[in-house]
Amino acid sequence: MIDVDDVVVRYGTALALDRVSLKVAAGEMVALIGANGAGKSTLLKALSGVVPTASGSISIRGCFAHVPEGRQLFPDLSVDDNLRLGAFRAANRDTQWIYELMPELDRVRKRRADSLSGGQQQMVAIGRGLMARPDVIAIDEMSLGLAPKIVQSLARQLSLLNRERGLGVLLVEQSARLALSLCGKAYVLETGRVVAEGPSRELVNSHFVVSAYLGSPLEERA
Amino acid sequence: MSAFFSYLVHGVAVGCGFALIASGLIIIYRVTRVVNLAQGMFAVLAGLTAASLLDAGLPHGLAELSATLTAAAAGVLLGLVAIGKRGTSPEASLIVSLGVGIFGYALEILIWGDQPRSFAGFSGLVAIAGLELPKQYLLIVAVTVVVFGALEVFFEHTYLGKALTACASNPGAARLVGIDVTRMGLVGFALGGALGGIAGVALTPLTPVSYDSDMPLFVNGFAAAILAGLRQPMLALAGGIALGVAEAMVAGYAKPSYQSSLALLLAITILVAQAARRSNLRAAEQ
Repeated sequence: MIDVDDVVVRYGTALALDRVSLKVAAGEMVALIGANGAGKSTLLKALSGVVPTASGSISIRGCFAHVPEGRQLFPDLSVDDNLRLGAFRAANRDTQWIYELMPELDRVRKRRADSLSGGQQQMVAIGRGLMARPDVIAIDEMSLGLAPKIVQSLARQLSLLNRERGLGVLLVEQSARLALSLCGKAYVLETGRVVAEGPSRELVNSHFVVSAYLGSPLEERA
Repeated sequence: MSAFFSYLVHGVAVGCGFALIASGLIIIYRVTRVVNLAQGMFAVLAGLTAASLLDAGLPHGLAELSATLTAAAAGVLLGLVAIGKRGTSPEASLIVSLGVGIFGYALEILIWGDQPRSFAGFSGLVAIAGLELPKQYLLIVAVTVVVFGALEVFFEHTYLGKALTACASNPGAARLVGIDVTRMGLVGFALGGALGGIAGVALTPLTPVSYDSDMPLFVNGFAAAILAGLRQPMLALAGGIALGVAEAMVAGYAKPSYQSSLALLLAITILVAQAARRSNLRAAEQ
């Protein structure tokens, strides 16, 4: 579904991605973790075609949606308008199924996007991405600035969409705990290079991942 | 009709023209963040084209419509030059629009010469509530009301209108959802051209236009547009009418030569006030 092969991205002379390879199969949930400046957002921008690649190849089969970091809503439009614009290239612009999926948005559907709480804005951003009826969705820093309860709720909704609709997910997160507990497979990115990859259940036991990203084993926290 | 009322009616009609130019400026700015310095050119182009088409025997209505569509096409061409290359900054596009406006002078002199041209609008008077009003003035007001109503419906209730607003408020996110921001910018320029064109065909029967009439028209439209914060066409309508009436009163009761300075004075005052407000806000934030 997403096949990134040996991709290099440069910002001027700075190397942002150094021969990065990554795969997301149909219906798979994949995490991409790493610290600030590791190149996670750059990889998503390359997937969306927002930044050009210097070399390597990117292949995306099916419809792809990108929920960018910082939500990036249309602030002076209503929630409903934001959602409908997510379906700009789709034939069906009916938003009702998003409200059924995220009932909290239903009561604020007429409100301007910039008047919502952070959690509501993140829901709108994800809902807008879903409106394109994607086969795979990439979400950049879903948990950033949100209360744990809201993050858990969003994570549940994503899992539900993955199970029931076969939605592929590429979750880009600084919060390794969240990403590894939600996704079956993960990649670790550091200074533009993939330094670890594999099933999440193996990575959570890797000394490198535990010491660099978790602090303590995942099971201990639970 | 008393002198005061005569100035008032004239001012409202001319002010509607300013508001139409302002609304074109606002739409282009809202979608592309470009202040189009060639906005007056659209009005001049449409006014001169309508005069030529009427001279050639085209009937009223068809001539004005053709002239407006010509201005819309000029808007698309200007848009292609100003924003067609991806990554062009709004500041660079502003300079490009100035250059195209100057190029427009040469083209207009080549086609129409340097003498002012006009054409007869609706002649005669209509009696309303005991007052006799010129038909052409009423036509301008009616057209303006219809155009602003249509703009309101377009931006508030249509998908394309929402997509244009989205491009203005967050171009990056608009690209991510699949909106072609450059194409939407060209739609904005086409609308801006058409609105300038409508102003041109409405005002030319009142005031003959020549190649260099664009700057006074731009200054008046710009003053009305910044009065509306370059965002709200409806506020620009109120601003344009207020400006038109004020200029008509100044021309009537003081000197006609003062009226053109009024818009410039208003524009400078608003810009200075806005700059001072922004500076105060920055100081407060620090």
